Amino acid sequence: MEVCNCIEPQWPADELLMKYQYISDFFIAVAYFSIPLELIYFVKKSAVFPYRWVLVQFGAFIVLCGATHLINLWTFTTHSRTVALVMTTAKVLTAVVSCATALMLVHIIPDLLSVKTREMFLKNKAAELDREMGLIRTQEETGRHVRMLTHEIRSTLDRHTILKTTLVELGRTLALEECALWMPTRTGLELQLSYTLRHQHPVEYTVPIQLPVINQVFGTSRAVKISPNSPVARLRPVSGKYMLGEVVAVRVPLLHLSNFQINDWPELTTKRYALMVLMLPSDSARQWHVHELELVEVVADQVAVALSHAAILEESMRARDLLMEQNVALDLARREAETAIRARNDFLAVMNHEMRTPMHAIIALSSLLQETELTPEQRLMVETILKSSNLLATLMNDVLDLSRLEDGSLQLELGTFNLHTLFREVLNLIKPIAVVKKLPITLNLAPDLPEFVVGDEKRLTQIILNIVGNAVKFSKQGSIYVTALVTKSGTRAPDFFVVPTGSHFYLRVKVKDSGAGINPQDIPKLFTKFAQTQSLATRSSGGSGLGLAISKRFVNLMEGNIWIESDGLGKGCMAIFDVKLGISEQSNESKQSGIPKVPANPQHANFTGLKVLVMDENGVSRMVTKGLLVHLGCEVTTVSSSEECLQVVSHEHKVVFMDICLPGVENYQISLRIHEKFTKQRHQRPLLVALTGNTDKSTKDKCMSFGLDGVLLKPVSLDNMRDVLSDLLEHRVLYEAM
Amino acid sequence: MNTTIVAQLQRQFQDYIISLYQQGFLDNQFSELRKLQDEGTPDFVSEVVSLFFDDCAKLINNMSKSLERPENVDFKQVDSGVHQLKGSSSSVGARMVKNVCISFKECCDVQNREGCLRCLQQVDYEYKMLKTKLQDLFKLEQQILQAGGTIPQVDIN
Repeated sequence: MEVCNCIEPQWPADELLMKYQYISDFFIAVAYFSIPLELIYFVKKSAVFPYRWVLVQFGAFIVLCGATHLINLWTFTTHSRTVALVMTTAKVLTAVVSCATALMLVHIIPDLLSVKTREMFLKNKAAELDREMGLIRTQEETGRHVRMLTHEIRSTLDRHTILKTTLVELGRTLALEECALWMPTRTGLELQLSYTLRHQHPVEYTVPIQLPVINQVFGTSRAVKISPNSPVARLRPVSGKYMLGEVVAVRVPLLHLSNFQINDWPELTTKRYALMVLMLPSDSARQWHVHELELVEVVADQVAVALSHAAILEESMRARDLLMEQNVALDLARREAETAIRARNDFLAVMNHEMRTPMHAIIALSSLLQETELTPEQRLMVETILKSSNLLATLMNDVLDLSRLEDGSLQLELGTFNLHTLFREVLNLIKPIAVVKKLPITLNLAPDLPEFVVGDEKRLTQIILNIVGNAVKFSKQGSIYVTALVTKSGTRAPDFFVVPTGSHFYLRVKVKDSGAGINPQDIPKLFTKFAQTQSLATRSSGGSGLGLAISKRFVNLMEGNIWIESDGLGKGCMAIFDVKLGISEQSNESKQSGIPKVPANPQHANFTGLKVLVMDENGVSRMVTKGLLVHLGCEVTTVSSSEECLQVVSHEHKVVFMDICLPGVENYQISLRIHEKFTKQRHQRPLLVALTGNTDKSTKDKCMSFGLDGVLLKPVSLDNMRDVLSDLLEHRVLYEAM
Repeated sequence: MNTTIVAQLQRQFQDYIISLYQQGFLDNQFSELRKLQDEGTPDFVSEVVSLFFDDCAKLINNMSKSLERPENVDFKQVDSGVHQLKGSSSSVGARMVKNVCISFKECCDVQNREGCLRCLQQVDYEYKMLKTKLQDLFKLEQQILQAGGTIPQVDIN
């Protein structure tokens, strides 16, 4: 017997079973060997596989299993101990690796599973995004449609086009079967079918506005689904076969111009609405989508705006037409007025010449007649003729004067005259009538009233005559007092400031009567042309009512003011006026009106011994002025301040030259103080001339208002100074030397 | 021989004074001033002019004192000084000085101290320049008089 180190198989060798086991083991081994190869192949192919270590492990496990099975093949027959050893080793290794792998899988498999769940999640997300994309696209489509619709609607300002276009475009965009617009009637109680897309309808198809479905739609700004059977939606002839499509209605606010206020936007309270009804095609399974409803709402709003624009345009066109008409009418009126003015001017021109000529003839011849030998009756007749013609001449002159006064072309004719004599003469004129009416007239002239004055004698006479004449006219009894005085302070009118100046003064004349008096309410009317108070007493007095108006104009020309005070009806009244007159130096000449002054000497070329005073703060300019005057022969005293000037100035100085450079008012005070110093001996006051570097009118005005007699522009040339001095001494006033 | 010297001097005088007018140092007022000078007042012009220059110096001094410290400048005082200077310069016909005074016054109105200082400097320069020029002119006058001639009248258009 051979002792071999062999191991006997445990079971008896059954041939067939053994064979099958043998083959199975072989195939298992092959399979086990090929699995790792496959794994490696596919893992190499894939880009990402994070579990290489696992793979290795798994591969090892499989390979060892395969090896085990492969080695098993040898154990079916008697095998040596080596094979058994190898077998055992392989099995042990396999066991180890399998256990390790099993343990590893516990970690791995949850990870792998989670990968799977993540994949699921991502797929869901992708599906959601796809849905949302779809929604956005639809919205964008809708937006595009709205823009296009809006563009169409807003591209026209014609009402009908707007509405028609809206319906057409909506119909096209939303593929509607029918689209209709119901407008409120004038009464506001019914809705009238105004526009439809496709079908023609009987005219005047109306629906009362108070239907519940309409109220529902008007109650909200959103598009509302309504039943296809409601009266507003029954737009087509009903054919029973069709399944009516869904209907939606939306309100369209009709905005009025008056709804727009500057500060707030229109409130949606009292509104008129139109109704827009949209029908989907029948027999289609279409439903109204949310985005379609939104589209409809937006369009409804746009239509409202477009309609209001159209309304505004209509309004403005109407206004423009109206304005054009008015313009034409105004133009016509203007031309008519111009013609009237021209006619009046022509008339006045004719009157001026044509009518005066015979007038003058009458007056002249009557005066001549007066000079001849006449019987008392004849004399009386001639005097009456003269008086009447004079009156007529005065009336004509009045009318002419008034029109010239209104044009502003009247100018005062200044001359020197005797004021006292003027008053006496006026009173002499009035006395006859006053005597007849038994109204004594008293004249009171103030003692300081200058005798010889400069002014417009004729016009002043006219004014006094008019006022005194009125006093006589409107008094039935009592007496009349005429007072004349010099006034300095302000008059009744607060805005009228009287400035006393050296060579001018303001004459105030007061005429008091005890006649019918005037109602204080009528006083403002007195000075308007052609207006007369309606009291019985005045009806018989005649006159054209121009007198006071003209007097007022003359008084204004003389830089004065006129007014009437009355305590009421029956209490008489007092007429007062102020006028500005100049004081004349010639106290020894009689009435000289109309005679031009002849200068006693020719132009003074030599001012020898003329005493002048120069006041200037600036040493250099003082010296220059002094040199100038000395060269002309004057005897010059210089002072450098106002105080010094006041101390030094005396009646011996004929002219005072003052430097006024600084813009303040203080410099002008010196002039006032010099005036004050010489108030008593007005004619001894030296002439005051300002030297200034300013040429503007305000300086000149200021100088005049502060009583200066002249203004000179520095620096003064020799010739200039010579002329100025001679002018000054001759005329005693100088306001043009600038 | 004397007459030729006199004639030469006179011509020199004429040219000089005309150049002063042309360069803008003097204006018409100066010629007016010269008209006032006669036998009774032979030194009128030079007296006025020297008074003017003294005045300038004094005023400029005062104004520079006022403008010295930047934090409290008495612009009122400067303004009155400028005013005086302007008046004086226009009285004697010092054209440049007067023009500087005009811009000086503007600087003073807006209270621009730098501008005022600049103008002050310029005024100083101008009056000193004019002073030199006029001194030369008067020297020429003296030379003519000493040579026995008369000072020619210059007509400026």
